[in-house]
Amino acid sequence: MSKTVTEVQIGDIGSQAASHMDSERMSLNVGPSHPTTHGVLRLMMELDGDLITRCEPVLGYLHRGDEKIAENMTYNQFVPYTDRLDYLAPLANNVAYAITVEKLAGVTLPERCEAIRVLICEMARISSHLLGMGVFGMDAGAWTPFMYTFTEREKLYTLFEELTGARFTTSFTRIGGVARDIPDGWLTKVEKFVDELPKAIDEVEKLLTRNRIFLDRTEGIGTISAEDAIAYGITGPNLRASGVDLDLRKDKPYSGYEKYEFDVPIGTKGDCYDRYLIRIEEVRQSILIIKQVIATMPGGLWYADDAKKIFAPPKDKIMSSMEELIQNFMIVTEGPQVPPGQIYFEAENPKGALGFYLVSKGGGVPYRLKIRAPSFCNLSILEKLVPGHMLSDITVILGSLDFVMGECDR
Amino acid sequence: MDCEPKHLIEFSTLLRDEKTFDLLVDLTAVDHGNDADIRFTVVLHLYSLIHKAYLRVQVNCPDNDSPVLPSISSVFPAANWHERETFDMFGIHFSEHPNLKRILMWDDYPYYPLRKEFPLAGIEVPLPADDVSEVTGADVDPAPMMGGPFVSSGTGRLSQSEPRAKDESWTETSEKPL
Repeated sequence: MSKTVTEVQIGDIGSQAASHMDSERMSLNVGPSHPTTHGVLRLMMELDGDLITRCEPVLGYLHRGDEKIAENMTYNQFVPYTDRLDYLAPLANNVAYAITVEKLAGVTLPERCEAIRVLICEMARISSHLLGMGVFGMDAGAWTPFMYTFTEREKLYTLFEELTGARFTTSFTRIGGVARDIPDGWLTKVEKFVDELPKAIDEVEKLLTRNRIFLDRTEGIGTISAEDAIAYGITGPNLRASGVDLDLRKDKPYSGYEKYEFDVPIGTKGDCYDRYLIRIEEVRQSILIIKQVIATMPGGLWYADDAKKIFAPPKDKIMSSMEELIQNFMIVTEGPQVPPGQIYFEAENPKGALGFYLVSKGGGVPYRLKIRAPSFCNLSILEKLVPGHMLSDITVILGSLDFVMGECDR
Repeated sequence: MDCEPKHLIEFSTLLRDEKTFDLLVDLTAVDHGNDADIRFTVVLHLYSLIHKAYLRVQVNCPDNDSPVLPSISSVFPAANWHERETFDMFGIHFSEHPNLKRILMWDDYPYYPLRKEFPLAGIEVPLPADDVSEVTGADVDPAPMMGGPFVSSGTGRLSQSEPRAKDESWTETSEKPL
């Protein structure tokens, strides 16, 4: 039987197309300024049709040299720079940095100060997770949850403003304490906020958790196994979503976290959906912690009174007493005096374990300060995680990892 | 805990497999200054999920002028980016590293910013790179690092060199010149 002319032609075109698909790969550049990348992350990808075959993240577009800057200023002067690491949870960064220096200086804090720090850390966690969840929904195509979470974040910012004087870059801690005591009536407002928050979380859950489209886009996508998560140094909610039970608040309690009861949610599959569920549950646990802190808020001072070379005394004392005036002058000009030595401290931040490695040669200026940024480590798995996914999954994977480039690039 | 450079891979494998320190949380370096006997120390921080404890491993780099250490990215994949950053900031090479290139600074950047001799105000470097100009034909002046308003002068005492408005013609009393 002889083939018709048309049949031969169709076959030829088909085989041509097939060989074309095999050999020709398209390279696609995403970012550095692209809404998916939540900042200035750049991805250089190689595509086979819609399938990603290679992905190389390019960082550094927000590099400011924070570690170099830290070597040239006193310990307290660096506090505002920590705001700008994970700028969605500046209070948690302030606390992590302050604890690092205090540990090296050997300062013990009064209970009230520790309780305030736990309180603001958990508020920062809620603030960060609310944004993470909202933006993640948006990445998956659901706009409305973002509006709910942002409304709540707005209330949080108002509370931050009343406490610290700033909505965004709070700079609230000092080495050896916090900047000021809690204002009158502020705790009642926080309590009212956390009482109302579960309602908003429920609304978000109604819109997302059993949403068919959301499930289709996130379930089984971006799965990180527990072994991979540990090997790549992933921490925080992303690690716990993979089923690894590591929460530094439980395992290495700092600032009095051991006094409060809360559960650590652990995922089973490690996909994008699990990471979303973990964040939802962590917000609920944070609410529990905040309620316990408010119920047991101890009295007393909000700074270490006996740390004469570390913490500048309150203004009213400076204005009325010679000794305190000299103390304030020395701390402002020379910086808090920290003995020689080195220390590494990690705090469980919303994005993961934020670590500071501090080398001191004495005096008021760090010799070396390394910032171990959780977003930096969490992103390092992209090279392995992304290949094999469709191009449209990129938005969901990046959204679920919940990173901040300010912290990643430092 | 201190470690000899030549035993680093062996030692970190042992720590990972037998001592359960399987989470590499951090890898960085410390520059002890130009005239130190041993200038660079690479510092690793490991965490054990079972013992709930940290372990610090310090490795002194043998050669001050061209420091080289074996890469442990085959043991801990997490070390890949940390080593790239340490190379970027200190110029410490990691042999056998799969992709040792700059990570935070751009590829053609000639300095190592976290070395102690590198000035805080930075050193002016032409940008964009020559190869980019060749292709685009764009004639772009490098962004000023010194001299402009709100830019550090980079010289003199700390109080004089801190970033501030340097344009004397624009003060509270005289308006901004148009």
